[in-house]
Amino acid sequence: MQAQAALAPRWHDICAESELVENSGICALVEDQQIAIFTVITQESRQLYAVSNWDPIGKANVIYRGIIGSVGDATVVASPLYKEHYCLETGRCIEKDEVSLLTFGIQLRDGRILVAV
Amino acid sequence: MVGHHFVEQLVNSQVGCDITVLSGEKRLAYDRVHLSSWFSGSTADDLAMTDEDTYRQWGVTFKLDAQVIDIDRENKTVSTATETFIYDVLVLATGSYPFVPPIPGNDQPHCLVYRTIEDLEAIEASAKDSKVGVVVGGGLLGLEAANALKQAGVETHVVEFAPQLMAVQLDQAGGTVLKDKIEDLGVTVHTQKATQVIETGSQCRYRMNFADETHLETDMILFSAGIRPSDFLAKKSGLEVGERGGIVVNNQCQTSDPSIYAIGECALWNNRIFGLVAPGYTMARTVASHIGGEEASFTGADMSTKLKLMGVEVGSIGDAHSKTPGSLSYIYHNQPEGVYKKLVVDGTQEHVLGAVLVGDTSDYDTLLQYCLNGIALPEHPESLILPSAGEQPALGADALPGSATICSCHNVAKCDITQALDNGCTSLGDVKSATKASTGCGGCTALLKNVVDSELEKRGVEVSKAICEHFNYTRQELFHIVKVEGIRSFDDLLAKHGSGLGCDICKPAIGSILASVWNDYILNQHNLPLQDTNDTYLGNMQKDGTYSVVPRIPGGEITPEGLILIGEIAKKYGLYTKITGGQRIDLFGARVEQLPDIWQALVDGGFETGHAYAKALRTVKSCVGSTWCRYGVQDSVGKAINIENRYKGLRGPHKIKFAVSGCTRECAEAQSKDIGIIATEKGWNLYVCGNGGMKPRHADLFATDLDGDTLVKYIDRVLMFYVKTADRLQRTSVWMENLEGGLDYLKSVVIEDSLGIADELEAQMQTIVDAYQCEWKTTLESETARKRFRQFVNSKKEDSNIQFVDERGQIRPATEAEKIAGSARIPVAIK
Ligand code: SRM
Ligand SMILES: Cc1cc2nc3c(=O)[nH]c(=O)nc-3n(C[C@H](O)[C@H](O)[C@H](O)COP(=O)(O)OP(=O)(O)OC[C@H]3O[C@@H](n4cnc5c(N)ncnc54)[C@H](O)[C@@H]3O)c2cc1C
Ligand code: SF4
Ligand code: FES
Repeated sequence: MQAQAALAPRWHDICAESELVENSGICALVEDQQIAIFTVITQESRQLYAVSNWDPIGKANVIYRGIIGSVGDATVVASPLYKEHYCLETGRCIEKDEVSLLTFGIQLRDGRILVAV
Repeated sequence: MVGHHFVEQLVNSQVGCDITVLSGEKRLAYDRVHLSSWFSGSTADDLAMTDEDTYRQWGVTFKLDAQVIDIDRENKTVSTATETFIYDVLVLATGSYPFVPPIPGNDQPHCLVYRTIEDLEAIEASAKDSKVGVVVGGGLLGLEAANALKQAGVETHVVEFAPQLMAVQLDQAGGTVLKDKIEDLGVTVHTQKATQVIETGSQCRYRMNFADETHLETDMILFSAGIRPSDFLAKKSGLEVGERGGIVVNNQCQTSDPSIYAIGECALWNNRIFGLVAPGYTMARTVASHIGGEEASFTGADMSTKLKLMGVEVGSIGDAHSKTPGSLSYIYHNQPEGVYKKLVVDGTQEHVLGAVLVGDTSDYDTLLQYCLNGIALPEHPESLILPSAGEQPALGADALPGSATICSCHNVAKCDITQALDNGCTSLGDVKSATKASTGCGGCTALLKNVVDSELEKRGVEVSKAICEHFNYTRQELFHIVKVEGIRSFDDLLAKHGSGLGCDICKPAIGSILASVWNDYILNQHNLPLQDTNDTYLGNMQKDGTYSVVPRIPGGEITPEGLILIGEIAKKYGLYTKITGGQRIDLFGARVEQLPDIWQALVDGGFETGHAYAKALRTVKSCVGSTWCRYGVQDSVGKAINIENRYKGLRGPHKIKFAVSGCTRECAEAQSKDIGIIATEKGWNLYVCGNGGMKPRHADLFATDLDGDTLVKYIDRVLMFYVKTADRLQRTSVWMENLEGGLDYLKSVVIEDSLGIADELEAQMQTIVDAYQCEWKTTLESETARKRFRQFVNSKKEDSNIQFVDERGQIRPATEAEKIAGSARIPVAIK
């Protein structure tokens, strides 16, 4: 669950900032955990998100290949398999209360992307 | 919850008074109804119904962690352990507490309840080091609790004292269907079990011994055996309470002391406790009005409920147990699908008294309206619950009287909605914020939308056909905007005409429009984030996250060398091969990182992308034609190849398929295609707007005996007109059926050029034809584009979840069970 991931996070160096794809996702492997990393750019800001890459409904590691968008105020990614929307901030699935993605800390430091696992 | 609703009402009512809120919990009101969403990631902040700043703004004094322990009615004061407050009017909204049956051993550390956020934290912590969990109580809350345990990854059991689940809301048959469904989901249900003692277990932490001498071992226990009103303060200060608890109130919700009110789950009205939010909110409104000097009364409330438990739909309306003397019922039970519906009507068969719905609640709204508004039953009442075998009398929003309750949480009737529209609301959103309808449990969302849509239509307001929440336009309108304003990127269009960030509906649609209008390379940096994964990775994603590879085989004609090359590639990468229904070959099971190498080999061998992934021209199917066939009158293969090469790469609102047959025997099934061509002695007959698929439609004969050039001209015009004017995901068939004037109009535009746009359509098509490039070839030439095809940025490892087993000499995706059993294999990378 979410709390578990937040227990004792350790920051891992993933890649250079230039590997990010604007308004889309890439995937990293950290300690056997697949992590989808998204860059969302709006007129005001640029936001990084890190969530688990496992689609709990489609049962495949594909989340990073989803389309980014918004539902109401929430920034979301749509699973490429069956199109459920997950809030990138909280991991919550908009359509199905009973599933969610894990969320991870992410930061940009000295041109490198770091993720907390 | 109810206390907060009361405060909100009072603040809004302008009754000038000082309000103090004393909360026994360490936070202000939060949404208990959605408590379970905690286990799917909601936080305390998400559940909060208000915040401290709002209360300050309202001028409401509040104390948290302030359990009231005493009421002094004579001096009109209440006190907590540390403070005393004076009052003129006191409102008790103390709710209820979970009942824990007096079973010896029920007070051990992993014996928990489910009511507050603190309870959730305790459950979460306990679940972390538990393997098995039991919920005691199979009512509505118990089943929610069971779902929470299951989500926490614990093997879950429900122990119920009664012979069935949800005995309050469902009849026995309904309870049985629910039990079966829940057990299918992996929760074990034990009915008719009376727990006698909880002892130390041998396999698990505890062992529950039942009266029938059976037992169950578990690591944690969640009690959900009902609630009891929190009436301790009332008892202590001598207010009248019911025999089985609950603070007695009158129709104004006043207790036996007129300056003290009680509302919500602690109140006993007419000998009844209402354990739902909607009645509590009604009480809160009653009291707010009454304090403001208005005449208001609480006259009971409907306890009908509709909910989803672990994905199982359950509904209960009115007299679900057929208790009314003389009542009659209709029952529909579909065992294979696990659907049970019961309709209870009065003896004269005029009105609905109640209903039970399990497995399918789609009839809930209609039945509830029949029940609450006493609407006369149709001639065959059973039609209300039968699957729509014949004409089911739909109860349109129009049929509802103005007094019909639409939203029971916020007590909004149909007339309140019409009123809101009269006062200037013009959309569903407006109505929601003006009336608060559908902002409580959400159960009325569909009905509210129906009412609003139908009322707006009556007022001549066009109901939004907006493509999605981000653009208030249809695809066709967006197409025009893009063209007229010369917009070349999604961001531009969004900034000028949209809102939010876009979504998986508008992004691909606009990507396709931009591609059609400007014919930009679909995967340039700008357009990339707009595409569906299939377009981004130039292949169809399969269920396990791998992709399929479909090279173009125009007209279905392929050389032996071509066949051998495809075979060799399939062999090298271990792909599953299959001949498709579109006369080409599909290679399945390619991992994302293998796609560039596979396609490099295909492109080097002279193949191009087949666009099997795109809303674009797919295939031009062909029969063998006059070159070989003794009946053929024209070279259908030659024509098909020609046409396929002309239109390949053309993107549209949906996929486009062609076929060419060499004579009227029609072996290519051209009359089931968007564009069908059938050879005649004198030339070609053109058919348009057919398709197979979900709703097959025969194509219409459009023109006869055309020469080759005219044939292409007409196809150019038909297709370009379609691309420009159809809606998102509209095949040509649906597009034509919605075109005003239909086939004749299309003929007039294309053949007679009635709009004077024929040249323009042809010219636009020619630009697209001239700009064709094989997307795979272009992609492979770019290092940055190739980089996209990596599973991980930081590792060369493979996705270990992709595993195969062999079947009939080829691979297929392993099932979850095969993966766990280890009988599947992870393919080895080819360097
Ligand atoms: C591979 C193939 C089945 C096969 O093994 O034979 C196939 C496979 C798929 N079809 Fe199909 N259809 C295939 C021929 C057909 C045909 C027959 C034909 O083209 O002659 C039809 C009926 C004819 C028609 O479209 O009018 C057909 C009607 C559909 C439909 C329903 C379309 C409709 O308008 O109702 C869908 C769903 C959709 O597009 O929304 C669909 C969707 C799909 C998708 C894309 C579903 C998906 O999203 O995964 C499948 C992708 C498979 C893949 O990865 O390549 N497929 N599909 C066939 C590929 C033909 C090709 O070479 O391109
Ligand atoms: C898991 C769950 C799911 C539910 N689902 C639904 C649903 O789908 N639909 C539905 O209609 N209802 C549902 N309910 C019921 C609904 O939550 C209650 O009907 C509603 O909360 C009642 O509101 P209330 O204000 O009367 O009581 P509460 O929300 O319990 O509020 C009472 C408050 O008073 C405080 N308090 C008590 N005594 C004192 C004191 N002496 N001094 C100070 N403070 C005190 C308590 O700490 C509590 O914060 C659900 C309940 C739960 C637990
Ligand atoms: S018919 Fe259905 S299952 Fe078969 S290929 Fe087409 S979409 Fe897939
Ligand atoms: S009925 Fe609950 S929100 Fe309308």
